[in-house]
Amino acid sequence: MAKKRPIALLSELASHKETFGGDMPLAPGHRMCIGCGIPPIVNEILLAINEPVVVSNATGCLEVTTGVYPVTAWNVPWIHVNFQSAATVIAGVETAYKVLKKKGIIPEDKKIHFVAFGGDGGTYDIGFQALSATAERGHNVLYVCYNNEGYQNTGYQKSSATPIGAYTKTTPVGKEKVGKQEPRKDLTMIMAAHGVPYVAQASPHIFRDLTKKTKKAISMPGFKFLNVLEPCTLSWRFSPEDTMRLAKLAVETRYWPVYEVIDGKYWKVNIKPKKPKPIEEYIAAQPRWKHVLKYPEILEKIQKEVDEKWRLLLHLEEMSKKLAEEEGVDYEELFKVPED
Amino acid sequence: MAQTKVIALTGNQAAAEAMRQINFDVAAVYPISPQTELMGFFAEYVANGEVDTEMVAVDGEHSALATCIGAAAAGARTITASAGPGIAYMVENMYVASGMRVPMVLLDVNRALSAPLSIHCDHADSMLTRDTSWISIFSENAQEAYHNIIMAVKISEKAMYPIIVNYDGYIVSHSIEDVEILDDQTVREFVGPSGLHRIPYPLLDVDKPVTYGATAQPDYYTECKYQQHVDFLKVYDIVREVFDEFGEITGKKYDFIEEYKTDDAEYIGISMGSSFGTLKDAVDRLREQGKKVGAVKIRLFRPFPVKELAKALSKAKGVAVLDRADSFDGIGGPLFKDVATSLIQNENRPYLHNFIYGLGGREVHEEEFIKAFERLERLEKGIDTRENFVEYLQVRE
Repeated sequence: MAKKRPIALLSELASHKETFGGDMPLAPGHRMCIGCGIPPIVNEILLAINEPVVVSNATGCLEVTTGVYPVTAWNVPWIHVNFQSAATVIAGVETAYKVLKKKGIIPEDKKIHFVAFGGDGGTYDIGFQALSATAERGHNVLYVCYNNEGYQNTGYQKSSATPIGAYTKTTPVGKEKVGKQEPRKDLTMIMAAHGVPYVAQASPHIFRDLTKKTKKAISMPGFKFLNVLEPCTLSWRFSPEDTMRLAKLAVETRYWPVYEVIDGKYWKVNIKPKKPKPIEEYIAAQPRWKHVLKYPEILEKIQKEVDEKWRLLLHLEEMSKKLAEEEGVDYEELFKVPED
Repeated sequence: MAQTKVIALTGNQAAAEAMRQINFDVAAVYPISPQTELMGFFAEYVANGEVDTEMVAVDGEHSALATCIGAAAAGARTITASAGPGIAYMVENMYVASGMRVPMVLLDVNRALSAPLSIHCDHADSMLTRDTSWISIFSENAQEAYHNIIMAVKISEKAMYPIIVNYDGYIVSHSIEDVEILDDQTVREFVGPSGLHRIPYPLLDVDKPVTYGATAQPDYYTECKYQQHVDFLKVYDIVREVFDEFGEITGKKYDFIEEYKTDDAEYIGISMGSSFGTLKDAVDRLREQGKKVGAVKIRLFRPFPVKELAKALSKAKGVAVLDRADSFDGIGGPLFKDVATSLIQNENRPYLHNFIYGLGGREVHEEEFIKAFERLERLEKGIDTRENFVEYLQVRE
């Protein structure tokens, strides 16, 4: 019989000093699924920030897999309070920084950035009030939603980010109802409507774009919001090696437009697929959703939503250029990333 | 001895004055009666630059506490305040704050819980916080509220546990009393300067990254909670230490409980908060009639002053526990259960009876407390009988 491995005492653990993967903000050895899109998103974002950073995290996949007592995968200061509070908690940390700097306890030249990570459950739903309030108060923080379109940590239930027709445990495919009945909420637009300095949508497969957007975001004082699509191998039920392929398809079908908004009034669409792929191709790659291919009326609704949103974005972009011209603002200059 | 001046202040004004003198780093605020005007007074200090405090007007009490947790873990000296339903809304995060061992101060301007909605005083809100492993202190009047807030900062930071200072909504928060105010310097020296390293692992010490709020599986959760348990028992000594130090500086010596004419008392009434003055009046009137009665006030509610209470009640024949909240469980009010448990090891246990009073702001008068003493005596002597430990003292049936 195998000898039972003794569990270390807390006092012993406290004396451990070893770290692993010290050059990565989120070290290897965490417990996220093979093929999970979250670790690349987190590291792409945090590696784009050259100054010290403090991270807050909503309860969810990222949180339960990276800080599991008595070990941590975080090589940056990190705090988790609960599901709905990631935005508020980072606002609290940022407020402490502000006042301690004012009091001379933290040196004036000590630059620290503040980043919150939450899934779509913690961002679109239960943390929405806190997110909106933090944005309204203008805390100098970057909030990142890794959006896998459902409550994946609890085994895949619908969130307000889940698309119409998609199967989830709370929106099964039955005889009367086929998956989720409502279209997804457009949180990026809602955040843009807050008039905060910077809001953007991104996808993890375009590293340069996500890095650039992070650098742009942290260069601007005030509240910033990034909505990053995070294909979930486990719940969307595609093969773990296909995560980035799914992300790419989402952009190529215009399902997930990659764009940025400055001050809630200047819009720029960063990637414009010349020959957009049909939405069916993206849907067919996801067993959670591909049943809708048998329902033309649902499929039509999805395509309509995608097309309408795309047209709206292009119009907003055109409008922004005109607005900038009227205001005497250099439109292209607005979106430039300052050198580090 | 420290310089003092006497000013007429409401409880909320006295609390705001303590907050000004302490000069907290961060205050998270959200309006709810009867707390609202407290933060209004304090906002004036912030707006006029009389404090360095960053005041964050958040979107709800849940967020108020989340803000405080973030700020306190970051290394800032932090405060918030609420009442009734606002406290209820905070409770999830209260467990987080104590579990993560971040010091902070919460002022609970005690208010009833809905339904029916009542903005007035009882202790139901504070009773919700009983098991959160927050230190909890009750104040009888504006003076005590003022002193308690100053001491709370030090207790919380020494214990590395968050702390609640309770004072009764409207009865204390909105009544004007003479309050002896310490000079600013005495208060600031007593609480000590703010700074990152008042706590061992501030988040803002970015060169030494720490993880706050990790998940614990069944292999470690129990050990984490056990440490919390062991350390919470150390709070008694810390509170006593801070009370003593405060006494030396100000001449005002506090204890976990306050006893009134208990030395030879056969029957003792126990209450918390503003009703204690009324209870003392009832004792005086009964003493005039030759009744040997006394009163005990609970000041330190969490951790509960088990030993002190067991001693104070060791010679009594009967004890009336006056609860300003009901537990609706067939056993008795929250305070009643705590008092009963405290007496487990006493050789001579007094006859115990529980009265519920003052719910939803119902005024309580000495006549009613006198009735409670009389009923207790008749019960203890076997003249009256009871169906339950718990009775409502003031009610139209």
